[in-house]
Amino acid sequence: MVANDRVSFSVCPGEVHALLGENGAGKSTLVSILYGLLEPDEGEIVIRGQKVRIRSPKDALELGIGLVPQHFLLVKKHTVAENVALGLKGVPFFRPARAVAPRIRELGERYGLPVDPDAYVWQLSAGEQQRVEILKVLVRDVTLLMLDEPTSVLTPQEARGLFEVLRRMKAEGHAVIFITHKLEEVFAVADRVTVLRRGRVVASLSVRETDPQTLARLMVGEELPEPAARPARTPGRELLFVEDLWVRSDRGFYAVKDVSFTLREGEVVGLAGVAGNGQSELIEALTGLRRPERGWIRVGERDLTGKDARVFFEAGVAHVPEDRNRRGVVATLSVAENLVLRHYRYPPFARGPVLDRRAVRRFALEEVKRYDIRTPSIDAPVRLLSGGNVQKLILARELYGEPKVLVAAHPTYGLDVAAARQVHGRILEARDRGAAILLVSEDLEEILALSSRILVIFEGRIIAELAPEEASKERLGMLMAGVAA
Amino acid sequence: MVEDWLVATLARGLAFAAPLLFAALGELVAERSGVINLGVEGMMILGALMAFVVADASASPWLGVLAAAGVGALAALLHAFFAVTLRANQYVSGLALTMVGLGLSGLFGRAYAGKPLAHPLPKWDVPLLKELPWIGPGVFEGQSALLYLGLLLALGLSVFLHQTRPGIHLRSVGENPAAADALGVNVYLVRYLAVVFGGAMAGVAGAYLSVAYRPSWTEGMTAGMGWIALAIVIFAAWEPLRAVLAAFLFGAFYHLAYRFQGVLPPEFLKMTPYLFTILFLVLSALGKSVRLGAPEALGRPYVRGER
Repeated sequence: MVANDRVSFSVCPGEVHALLGENGAGKSTLVSILYGLLEPDEGEIVIRGQKVRIRSPKDALELGIGLVPQHFLLVKKHTVAENVALGLKGVPFFRPARAVAPRIRELGERYGLPVDPDAYVWQLSAGEQQRVEILKVLVRDVTLLMLDEPTSVLTPQEARGLFEVLRRMKAEGHAVIFITHKLEEVFAVADRVTVLRRGRVVASLSVRETDPQTLARLMVGEELPEPAARPARTPGRELLFVEDLWVRSDRGFYAVKDVSFTLREGEVVGLAGVAGNGQSELIEALTGLRRPERGWIRVGERDLTGKDARVFFEAGVAHVPEDRNRRGVVATLSVAENLVLRHYRYPPFARGPVLDRRAVRRFALEEVKRYDIRTPSIDAPVRLLSGGNVQKLILARELYGEPKVLVAAHPTYGLDVAAARQVHGRILEARDRGAAILLVSEDLEEILALSSRILVIFEGRIIAELAPEEASKERLGMLMAGVAA
Repeated sequence: MVEDWLVATLARGLAFAAPLLFAALGELVAERSGVINLGVEGMMILGALMAFVVADASASPWLGVLAAAGVGALAALLHAFFAVTLRANQYVSGLALTMVGLGLSGLFGRAYAGKPLAHPLPKWDVPLLKELPWIGPGVFEGQSALLYLGLLLALGLSVFLHQTRPGIHLRSVGENPAAADALGVNVYLVRYLAVVFGGAMAGVAGAYLSVAYRPSWTEGMTAGMGWIALAIVIFAAWEPLRAVLAAFLFGAFYHLAYRFQGVLPPEFLKMTPYLFTILFLVLSALGKSVRLGAPEALGRPYVRGER
């Protein structure tokens, strides 16, 4: 597949250059080429008038090009200093970590990136880990810094801090390439913007001479679809009760502390929080994947505390998991098989111990059509599907049989606008027929657009409940960061 | 009386621990780079035969040890080629290496079976330290020169892993090769070196058996020690100094089992190394620190650009 098709663009010292585009537009491919992780089939890279070949990250670093990847490349068990010293030239043979510690502190102060060199990476928040990634690059004296979707793991406040760092780097004469699919970030920090669509450059503009509407049109290539509708019906009786819930993480400490809430018929409740504040453990407890330490979970009149995932499912709890490729589907099984992964053991798909293949196929053909799942065939393995289509498949499976409760974790993470709209549509559809939905997301716009109520989770506790009218991105951001607002 | 008995257990346990220690330290380094090598037993027995043959021909036991390290390294190079370059299944490749090693050594060793070695490795006393009560006669008197080298090696490796630049590289490659690669570290080279070092140490472990412990060649003389070494690595949570302790524990158990030869049936005695391996693995699985200690990329080939 051609991910970058005759892409040309340039970046100057002292400039922040935004690469804007939807998921799958080819932004990450482009920086991977510049960082030597991929090799281009054609074309050339010129640095300071010199034509260069970048065959590995080593080449890139020697040319002064550094990358802060979207998925951090850190050794979690090592300290910050050890991560920075890794592969670094000019550090002493003995105790290199000790030697780089002062450099880390000094650069941290200069650019506003405070982090303890002796802390272990697994102890750090996502925002702090990103600082380590940036420091890793800065310590190598790069002139061109590339950041791949750097704000996707940050709270709005942290993101503003990052923009401040980028401004300082710009002032010191660095060139910065900043990848994003969020328009407001382009206007917050970039000087120039290059818009990519389906692997091609559709425009390269000065940010001062453009506006959000123009950029949005360029990025999507069509009129923006209508935003999802606000809740229409008033919520009915309570379907899910969570009371005084305490859940331990894999590491043994309490990740969910004393959480109580209810979900009512026909409402979407948004759960906002920065990743790692107990959402994952809460979701697992609510779907029977993790046994809570204390507390109760009831669905309707049934007490499900301590029951396993199948009991939860049979009681009407559906689950759209956060890691859709690992927990949502079996990638090597076919589309049809994945569609009945929940229901295969009940009629009409099962006749005694035997699977009714014809019923499965009939069902799969219907669902593929109804949910607009783009697949070569219903017999194709799911690993061939794009993220959006995998998500549609999961929704088709989970919403079959009209579950009472839907726990949806980051349902549109990494999806393009069109697929995200379809997913939102399905969620609202389920709500309108009376399902109670818990929407866990880091995307505040999504939360604000869909929710009838918003809960904020911080360090395992629900620290606020807001009506959509009283919530704003700013206010949620503050709450998510643990700053009372 | 009890004192003598304790000192003897310490001394004999250590003597038996020496080959386990070398093999375990080698495997530990390989696994720290993310490559598991189940061929330890095979590399050990090849080392044992090679050491005996060379020591016998050259009348120099040290030359034998060196040759054993060489043949172990060569065998490991093969494993590295399969595991790192071809990205083959590391378990299958390692098992094959063990089979081949046992087979080849049996075939070529026939002519040497039962022959005594004229010049075995010397036994050393450590001046000063041997004057210490208990520990002196238990540890620093009359042990094979290789045992002392093994203890030094463990100390050196511990410093190497945690306090040096290449140590960070090695550990990072085993934990998160993509992170190391992204900073210009040659993941394949580090893995090759680590695996080859592991093979050389397995060879030395074999050499200890045939030119020091019992200076002769017997087919299958490693008797499952390679597998014990693998268990020791896990029990030691991939830490060289803990490997010393684990190897000694094994050695002491083994020595005690010998002591009870009269009471226990010989079949049980033959079973003990495997029994202890199971016991150690159960103990390891119970400990939390050990589960967290495993290098995260252990057993997984690295391909750039794959998640």
